[in-house]
This record gives sequence, structure tokens and C-alpha cells, in this order.
Amino acid sequence: MTTTSELPETAPETRYIGKPIKRREDPRLMTGQGSFLDDIRLPGMSYAEVVRSPYAHANIKMIDTGAAKSMPGVLGVFTGDDFMDINPLPCAWQAGKVTNNVNTPRVLAVDKVCQVGDPVAVVVAETPYQARDAAAAVDVDYEELPAVTDAKATTADGAPQLHENAPNNIVLTWECGTDADSVDAALKAADVHVTEEIRNQRLIPTAIETRGSIGRYDPGTDEYTLWETSQCPHVHRLLLAAFVMNIPEHKLRVIAPDIGGGFGQKIFLYWDMPLVLALAKKVGRPVKYVEDRSSNYLTATHGRDHVTDVEIGATNDGHITALKVKTWANLGAYLSTIAPGIPTTLYGRMVAGCYKIPNIHVDVVATYSNTAMVDAYRGAGRPEAAYLVERVCDLVAHATGVDPAEVRRRNFIQPEDFPYDTGVGMLPYDSGNYEQAFDRALEQVGYKELRAEQQRRRRNSDPKLLGIGLSSYVEVCGVAPSKWIGLPGEGWGAGLWESANVRVHLTGKIVATTGSLPHGQGHETSFSQLVAEELGVPIEDVEIQHGDTAGTPFGFGTYGSRSLAVGGIAMYKSLQKVKEKARRIAAHMLEASPEDIVWENGKAHVKGSPEQAKTLGEIALQASVAYDLPDGMEPYLDETTYYDPPNCTFPFGTHVCVVEIDRETGEIALRRYVAVDDVGNVVNPLIVDGQLHGGIAQGLSQALYEGAVYAENGELLTGTMNDYAMPRASMVPTYELDRTVTPSPTNPMGVKGAGEAGTIAATPAVANAVLDALRPFGIENLDMPLTPPKVWAAMHHAAGAAQAAD
Amino acid sequence: MFPTEFAYHRATSVQDAIAFLGANPDAKVLAGGHSLIPAMKLRLAAPGALVDIGRIESLHAIDVRPDGAKIGAMATYNDIRDNAGIARIYPILPEAIAEIGDAQVRERGTFGGSLAHADPAADLTAVFLALNGEIAVTGPNGDRTIKADDLFVDLWTTTLETDEIITSVILPAPPASNGMGYEKHAHPASGYAVVGIAAVLGFSADKTCESARIAVTGATSKATRLTGVEQALTGQKLTAELVSSAAGQASDGLDINGDLYASEEYRAHLVNVLTRRVLTSAAGL
Repeated sequence: MTTTSELPETAPETRYIGKPIKRREDPRLMTGQGSFLDDIRLPGMSYAEVVRSPYAHANIKMIDTGAAKSMPGVLGVFTGDDFMDINPLPCAWQAGKVTNNVNTPRVLAVDKVCQVGDPVAVVVAETPYQARDAAAAVDVDYEELPAVTDAKATTADGAPQLHENAPNNIVLTWECGTDADSVDAALKAADVHVTEEIRNQRLIPTAIETRGSIGRYDPGTDEYTLWETSQCPHVHRLLLAAFVMNIPEHKLRVIAPDIGGGFGQKIFLYWDMPLVLALAKKVGRPVKYVEDRSSNYLTATHGRDHVTDVEIGATNDGHITALKVKTWANLGAYLSTIAPGIPTTLYGRMVAGCYKIPNIHVDVVATYSNTAMVDAYRGAGRPEAAYLVERVCDLVAHATGVDPAEVRRRNFIQPEDFPYDTGVGMLPYDSGNYEQAFDRALEQVGYKELRAEQQRRRRNSDPKLLGIGLSSYVEVCGVAPSKWIGLPGEGWGAGLWESANVRVHLTGKIVATTGSLPHGQGHETSFSQLVAEELGVPIEDVEIQHGDTAGTPFGFGTYGSRSLAVGGIAMYKSLQKVKEKARRIAAHMLEASPEDIVWENGKAHVKGSPEQAKTLGEIALQASVAYDLPDGMEPYLDETTYYDPPNCTFPFGTHVCVVEIDRETGEIALRRYVAVDDVGNVVNPLIVDGQLHGGIAQGLSQALYEGAVYAENGELLTGTMNDYAMPRASMVPTYELDRTVTPSPTNPMGVKGAGEAGTIAATPAVANAVLDALRPFGIENLDMPLTPPKVWAAMHHAAGAAQAAD
Repeated sequence: MFPTEFAYHRATSVQDAIAFLGANPDAKVLAGGHSLIPAMKLRLAAPGALVDIGRIESLHAIDVRPDGAKIGAMATYNDIRDNAGIARIYPILPEAIAEIGDAQVRERGTFGGSLAHADPAADLTAVFLALNGEIAVTGPNGDRTIKADDLFVDLWTTTLETDEIITSVILPAPPASNGMGYEKHAHPASGYAVVGIAAVLGFSADKTCESARIAVTGATSKATRLTGVEQALTGQKLTAELVSSAAGQASDGLDINGDLYASEEYRAHLVNVLTRRVLTSAAGL
């Protein structure tokens, strides 16, 4: 590892920080001792199943629930008309400074459906089997309407219209960057001008646990409790109470139990959440709803689905001088909770990537179509931006004849440029040394030797085509500064700070709460490391609590790689407050001045007298029994912080993928995968590596395997895992990981965030490798997933060019 | 996922199972369950009853003799893979089994179940054709055998009657001097064969190809022998040129399907390429 900053590195003297400690939660989660939503059995539990539209676009003419109501075990059958007192779900993040034509789902569709799977009625029964049997007996009469599914086609004149307030199915149009005329002028003046249509296909997130919710209503206290698969229970309580159900916020408790992955899909508010609460009140029993996988694929949110027309201007020596981007972002049938924020703030403002590009203009057209809603999916906007700019680098390389590595090198933002403003409205990049990570990755993979091998193979018409793909990325993490994201410019309209409370109990054991919400990230380990390190206690003495609005201060949850960079800093600051109070108590106990107290080996002592040390446990006892504290001091060690950072963080790195393509079949073998990431300081390298492994798997899977496909009539053709290709262990390579460490100057721990890096970097690395292999065929671009049939067809139909190249 | 309600009967013998099938016309036979159960969970299949033949001891036996092998219909893929006699005499079986589904499927799925289900993209259907096997079947009217060439009719359709049960798969001894193999391009999602080619070649002492049985799966509505290629090889001394030329015609005349993943054109191309590759390997070229 290389450290590129003067900031202190948390290396050798630490006990926990920086150590590859195995995840404390894994024994529980991996041996069936976890408690996931579907494990919860409440006394008197009943089960809901919904009746779903088989049509992508239709008017509901009639719903007959009579037969279903008389089925065995049925407690009630309801339609949308029964819930008109519940508001449509809110769209909480609308694009800033432009008109958003908002349409959001109701708990059940009323009058009209806009996607296959739209829920139109719900059955509550004694068992999930009876609920399903009765749901099948609900008779719905539809008038089918023509459907449209493509991001671009949906805006064409004459396309089927989904919503009255959204002419041409346009949700919003938004722009950022330099004015379009200046960019046009720069394009015209450029030595080299390239245009391309780049598609970022629709993906289905596919967490191992699907979504679900359990509602309970207590008529004695008028209190509701909601268990839900959520990445942000506090936010859901607020939205449900204040905006959807009009119930007092303190009469709703929301609990997120163990969560089996989310990847963004569990950030959002869904129709079943208010529905199970309302049903629980109607039937007087707790009501559980759990999606099966098919339902999850149909109506839980999807990701990506951009079509982009890009115009590139460059000099003959590979300097990118202008980028004009027009992106159609398919947001699906309705707006999910934060959908408009993704293709605008998190995509448009990141298209510069790691590069100094003087003229960038981005137009975004967000559209409705008869498909599942699209919202944040691991990376959320940044993968789309990274894919675009990394394809742009390779297109420039091909157009100019400059090596793809050299194109990147010539355009990198340099270490002395930070903080760096890319000119497209993002906060300034905090720190970076892009070329260092890049050089390290090229050296690790043996770039020069690989290019020589590639030349040799091409000359010999080798049956295996070698491809080398580069991807340098920068992402925005720890999305927070409320004064940026909350102001009208970005449209979020609320804070994105995070909370942490630390209590040292009388016996010296510590309970810390966080407003962030682990769903696979390992908070219970890494946050414990932080607490144990700072307070000098064994990690076994620390308990991290989260996920229950009744037990933790308000927090915004986990997404956007923000847990450590925002929630972790809140924890760090609470720990400093605890330490400061403990120092004052220790001084009192040792009859010294607080300034003379030092912490060493987890104990407080007077400078120069380590033999008279007080442990945290002794101090906590003193603070709790409280009969001998400094004058005016409150008892107990209990400190809370609400932390709102001054900036986001900007992790970066370079990934290199090496592929071999079978000339005859188009089959792609992943030969090498090298990743050099810089996520700032690292609390737990094992967890960071795990995040990268998973992220890379998802990213390369977009490049090679995954893709949601709709038929023209709006039927989801990839509706099961028999058709939608998730990566298996045998489908991913061994990863060669390395790191550089450029601490973030934004926060006192110098951390940045690692949850999405792999996903963002891997897709362009793999796609560029495949397209690099296909260079002799004159193939400039192919749409992902780059499957063997697609690669073979491209080679086959370009065979003439190939012969010429050979 | 939640299937519709069904009755369950654990058969104690083949006769017991057949009697149950006779008395319950909407019953289905449950073997490994790796095709039927998922279909029921999706409510694509809704049999009124299942008769589970998994505990019938006699259906699990694998008996390998000089004149052939008898594999109980309930022998799992892993049972077959792990049988030393099978691996020695029919190496195509462990080779193809390694390509089936995943570890769980191989642990539960059965040879008999795969043949009865007749999925157009299953692996062992083509292997069964190439090995020139037959199945022993018991029904209300007694026992009979069905030759591989007579079993498959169409998608998920065989000449097996609904009240008949496969009891074993019978494989003749392969030619004394032989070469065999299986080549597959797997679907990235399902793992099923987009195209799979199984080949069993027999050679005389002077290396003349005396017999050739070559079958394709995945590309057509049922596992199908590539008789044109077989004829082109039989009676010939195999060379790279001959194999290449014969394989180049492999897809001719086949009614090849296309789908979301792979076009007819690509599948036809794969049929030719994989045929050449499996023959090249089986012939030791």
C-alpha cells in the first residue's frame, strides 16, 4: 500500500482499526440464527397476497371479489377503493429547479394499471397458501391498452401515454454543465469528433432476500408497528406517518430486522408498507406480506436503463476537449422514492469521471414507460456515468490511435488540482491521486506485455482473441452535506446527516446505536472496531444497535456508501465526547487537572504516572454511581452526535480486466481481473475486500450476463432466474486486489466509502476488454450484456473487416 | 413460493406407485423433484397428488457388468458420477453430469427423472441417445422396454404412458475400442444446454470408425440424433478434415429453435462447432 498524504495513517499502533477482523455477525447469519422478516411469527399472524395485473397497460373495468371472499381461511378481500384515505407514495427526491411531472403508486392500483404486476386487489387469509388460492379466485376485467417499454421510444409522438400530467411520457428534462452552445463550438473546433449511442441496460437487483413487510395495529394504544425489509426505517416512519397515512409519527414504530441484502432496492417506500398497516387495522390481526421472487422481479425497483447519445471532441493526441451528452433515463411506470435524483444529481454531475474535460453539457430526459420502476441500484447513477466516460476514453483511443492507457493518463485530474471542480455542478472532489492507482494497476497486470501478446496473437490469427479493458473511476460517496443536497438546487429538500449514540453502562459494557442500517455491510463489526479502538475496551464489550425507530435516534440509513463516512464519523464524534467526559472524571478521581490526563492502552492516567491508571470501566462506574463527580457534571457516559459533513467523499481507482474470446463461438473467458482501489483509510480490510469482491461480481455481471428484457407488450421476459442470469461463483474470476490510501480531508478519520466501488468500476473494465478484443473486426460498440451469441454475431457479420485486419 | 394443495403418497413399491397412479389420474410421479417442484411452486403445474418413488430401494441400484449397465431410475446424478464402474466404461456420464445444473441439482436429480421429463435442453437425454440405451418401464399391464430412439416425442413429451414408471436405464456395453464425450454451451441463467452434443464412437482394430452415435440437445424440441454426421463417419478412418467436413453439416435439416439468449443462427453454428470439437476429442485427433 502507498500513502499519499501527510495525514496520520492509522497503521501499526492500533488494536482494532485497520485489522482484518472476521465479521462478528456472520456466525449468527450463516447458521440460521438470524431473524429475517420471514422468520418473524407473531401471535395471530395472517397473510396477505395481492392480485396482480397480467397487462402492462390497461383500464380496470371491474373487480369481483365475491368468490374469493368465500374461500377457506379468507379474512378479507380489498381493492384500491378501500384505501382511498391513504395517499399515493411520496416521491421524496425530485430533480432540482425543474418541473417534475410526478406520478407515484397507490397501495393498490385504482382504475388503471401501468405495468405487469401492478397490484389491484389484496387477500388476507389464515395461511399464505389460502391467500394465494383466494387471490387466484378474484375476477378482474381489464381493457388492455397499447404499451411502451423503451426509454427513448416512449417519448415519441404517438407512443402510448401513461399519465395525463406527463405529455410524451416525460417526467422531467434537466441539464447541467457548460452551456450547450459553447460545447457545440468546442465540438466543432475539435480535431476528432466521435458520436455513439451508449446503452446502459436495465438490471434487476436480486438481493438474496426479497422484500416484505409485517403490519400490527394495537387498538389499546392506537399504535402501529411495521417490520420491513428496509435500508432506512427512520425515513420510512417519517414518510409513512406524515405523508402517506396521516398518523402521528410517534404512533408508528418501524423495525428493520436482519436484512438479506438490498443494493438500493430496499431504500424505497413501497405500497405494501402502508397496506399491511391498514390491513392489520381492518382485520384486527397482524398481517404479513412477503414477495416471492417472481413478484420481486415484476414490481420491486430495477436499476440503470439509460440510452445515451454522446458526442465527443478530442485533440489528435487524445485530450478530450468536449462532451455532449443526452440521456434518456427510463424510470418505469411510476416514480419510486428517489428516482429523479439518480439520473440527475448522481449521474449528470459525475460524467466527467477522473478527467479534466473543459466543456461538458448533459441533457437528461427522464421518462415513464410500462415497466417496473427504476431507482437507485448499487452505485446509482455513478455506474452509468463511469460506463459512459470510460467507453468515451476507448472511443477516443480508437479514433486517434492513441493507446487507451495513454488517453486516460493525458486527461487525469492531477493530485495538485484538488479540491477539483469538474464544472458540472458536483461538489469539489476532495482528494485523489488517480495516476498512482492507475500505474499500480497497469504494473500489476503487466499491461505492456499484454499489449505485446495481443499484437502477436492478432498477427497469428490466434483462435483466442485477447482483450484488455481499463476502467478508471471516481465516485461520490457519503452523500450528505445537507446544505448542498437539501437546498433547492439538488431537489432532495431534506438533510442527509447521520446520528450515533454511545452509552457506557455501569459495568463498562458499551451499547452504541447508529442511524445507518446494515444489510450486508458488516456494521456490527466495523463500528465495534471503531468503538473498541477509541475507548480502549475489548471488542466483545461493544454492542452495535440499529434498525428500530423505538431504540435509536433518527438516522437516514445506509446507501450511497455513506455508513462509515457519515454514520461512522457521527460515532467517532460521540466517542470523542465520551472520552472527554471520561477524562474529566478520571482527573477528578486522580485529583489531577483534565489537561494532564492521557489515554494509553485503554486507560486514563496522569501524564508520567501510568501505574495510577483508571480503566473505562472504573470511570463508567464512577459516572453511574455518581456520588463523587466533578461539581455540576451530569451522571453517566451517554453521548449523541448528529453529524453533517462539509463535503462528500470521492473514492477512486483503476480496474483492469483481461479476457480471451473464442473466435469461433464468441465465448468469453475472464483471464485476469486486477483492481487498485483507493477508499481512503480502511477500518476493516477484510470487509472492504468483501465489498469489492461482491461489487465487482455485480459490475462484471452487467457487462456479461444480466439484462432485464421486456416484450413489446410489456411482459417481462426475464421474469425468473431461469432467464435472468445472475453470476455464479464459476462465472467470476479470481480478483487481484490492491489499494492505495489517500485519506479524505473531509472527515477526521480520513475514510471515504467502499460499498459501490466495485460495481462502478467493473462494468466498463469488462466491456472495454471485450470490445478491445474485437478491435480487429472494426466493432466500435456493442450493447451489454456482451453474451457469446451477441459477440459471435458481431464478429460473424463483420467477418470481411476481420479478414482485412488479419 | 406456494404451490396449490396436493396429496402426497410415499410409494413402498413400484406396484404400489402404479396402483396409486391408476387411482389418481391427476397424480404425478415425484423423483428428484428438481423440475416438477419448481413448476409447482410457480403454479405452472398443479397436480392433485404426488407419488414419491424416492424410498423404493430397488430403484437406486447401479449394476455395471461386462455386457452393460443397469442404472436404477432413482440413481442420482452424483450416484452415477461417483460409481467407479460407470466412470471406467461410460466416461461420458460423469463428464456430462459435471455440466448439469449445480451441486444441489446433481445431488437430488435422477437419470430416470430427467428422461421422463424430457426437457428439450436436458443433458442426459442426448447422452442416453448416444449410448444407445433403453429404459425398463413398469405399468398396470406389466413390464416393457423403450429404446432411446423411440422415447422422445417433442417438448416434455415421451412415449411413456402417464401410468407407467421408469424403473431403470439400461446401457449396452460400448464398443470394445471407443471414444466418447459431451460438449456443451450452457445458458448463463438456467445452466441448461443452449447446445449440447454427445458422441459415442466405436473403432475397429485398424482405427476405422465402425459405429457412431451422435446426438444434440438444446437446439431442437427434443434430443435428436445427428444421423447425417453419423453416416459420414461410419466406415471411415477419421481425420481432422473428415470430422470437420462432417460436423460442418451437423445442423443441416434440423428444426432449430431460437430464443431471447441465442438465435437459431447461433445455435446452428454451435451445433456444427461443438460437434466438430466433441468428435475431434472422441476420435483422439
